[in-house]
Amino acid sequence: MSDLRELYQQLILDHNKNPRNFRVLDPADRFAEGDNPLCGDKVEVYLQLEGDRIKDIGFQGSGCAISKASASLMTETIKGKTLGEAETYFKDFQAMLTDPSSNLDLDQMGKLFVFSGVRDYPTRIKCATLSWHALRAAINNVQTPITTER
Amino acid sequence: MNSPLDILTLQPPEPPARPALPFDVRRIRADFPILGQQVQGQPLVYLDNGATAQKPRAVIDALSHYYTDQNANVHRGVHHLSQIATDVYEAARRKVATFINAASDREIIFVRGTTEGINLIAQTFGREQIGEGDEIIITEMEHHSNIVPWWMLCREKGAKLRVIPMNDRGELCMDTYQTLFSPHTKLVSIVHISNVLGTVNPVEEIVQIAHAHGVPVHIDGAQAVPHQRVDVRALGCEFYTFSGHKMFAPTGIGVLYGCETYLDAMPPYQGGGSMIQSVDFDNITYGNTPNKFEAGTPNIAGSIGLGTAIDYLNSIDFDGAAKYETNLLEYAHDALRGVPDLKLIGTAERKVGVLSFTLSDIHPHDVGTILDQAGVAVRAGHHCAQPIMKHYDIPAATRASLAFYNTREDIDALVSGLHSVRKIFG
Ligand SMILES: Cc1ncc(COP(=O)(O)O)c(C=O)c1O
Repeated sequence: MSDLRELYQQLILDHNKNPRNFRVLDPADRFAEGDNPLCGDKVEVYLQLEGDRIKDIGFQGSGCAISKASASLMTETIKGKTLGEAETYFKDFQAMLTDPSSNLDLDQMGKLFVFSGVRDYPTRIKCATLSWHALRAAINNVQTPITTER
Repeated sequence: MNSPLDILTLQPPEPPARPALPFDVRRIRADFPILGQQVQGQPLVYLDNGATAQKPRAVIDALSHYYTDQNANVHRGVHHLSQIATDVYEAARRKVATFINAASDREIIFVRGTTEGINLIAQTFGREQIGEGDEIIITEMEHHSNIVPWWMLCREKGAKLRVIPMNDRGELCMDTYQTLFSPHTKLVSIVHISNVLGTVNPVEEIVQIAHAHGVPVHIDGAQAVPHQRVDVRALGCEFYTFSGHKMFAPTGIGVLYGCETYLDAMPPYQGGGSMIQSVDFDNITYGNTPNKFEAGTPNIAGSIGLGTAIDYLNSIDFDGAAKYETNLLEYAHDALRGVPDLKLIGTAERKVGVLSFTLSDIHPHDVGTILDQAGVAVRAGHHCAQPIMKHYDIPAATRASLAFYNTREDIDALVSGLHSVRKIFG
């Protein structure tokens, strides 16, 4: 069970139980929905912008501990960042989970590093990345709900 | 013209099967090679039989034997191998007919699985018989495969779905069912055993009531055939569908049973080779049932695998197996009730070995991942039955589903895994 402690670290369990920024922003400048039809995880991401900067971010949704904690930690990380910085975080997060050959500086990932263990659970990677895809859709003003399945 | 069926009827009957030894789970497990496997360094505990069942060695060997010694196309060659392939293919059809007590081999159509069987009915019978304002009765506990094809047909034709509701134990409200009929009701299509709740529906009664209104019935038997004997003539239904892979046969083969008078009156399904009598550019005549519904080269190996799975079930004291499973289900119910904060979904009076549940507010994916680390395979998600999830107001559930090769040790491993889940989630 030691492997599982790697996956379900205290930080993840805490953000699952007490998700941060778990609210609707009204009005929101940007909004997107993400959907994982295979397992029924759903997430909504709301953004308020100030010029190029994400002034506030909120999310709603239902899903497993990994997806909820990932959305919560994403909002913490992204709040106050520029859209360009958010995009870089998206790419790095994606690389951390799916590209073992990437020479990503993991120290830079901050708290997001707790999700590095998800790499060893291929069926769960989509849970961790769903909210990030929704964030990106919100940034790009994608109107139709995005989905993890094509 | 002689059909291959005529040739087969001239063959001597098969020797009577030896009487089966009383059911013994240890001996049965030895027939399933995959069960000896380790997962994550632990012995495999396979409790996802509702999704697909494991295959006995006899079935695996039959596939290998077919491709090693018998492979040819069916119904078209005059050569030796083609005749053998045709014989074994049609023999499999005969085994299916006997297995479900159909009146004739002609009532057995080979399809890809339950899903294709239902789509076939919708595309042939449905498109011809169901029109604007007509109604189809289904239930709240259907698998998506018994909702979506009808919904699509209704959209196309301007017809309507009427839904039999269920109570919180997961039993159909039969009183409401009676009230759903109208002069426009054209079909009742219901699940025999729910893949989420395990409920065994009172299909005999459902058929009788439908017939009293002059309405034909399709029964989705995907979860029934692995657990109990099915007799389509005793049920009296017009259509019955099931999948080979859930009853210990390969994937990609399944059965649509249709009573002959219906099948004969129905238009063909797909067009192509094997389903025609003659083709010229001005006129085409279709072949007879069942060929009319089996265009193109069929899944020959799959049908042989299915026939072999039936032989296997006939050889093992299937009734004893069903009794064993019922006992195991009781053991499992009691064991799961001992897990704090566990809520069973589906507590019908009549049910088979399907145990869906929620565990406090821990998401089923997390439950599934943690159980997997203990070698325990369960299903987590909405189980292709979102209306059931909606009924219980849950996004998803965890499901352990039993087969006759499962043991009390399997259930103990499940329960111990669930305690680990609770520990991790505090
Ligand atoms: C009750 C029920 N009906 C239909 C199906 C669909 O079967 P298949 O996917 O083999 O076509 C399933 C499979 O899960 C089922 O459980």
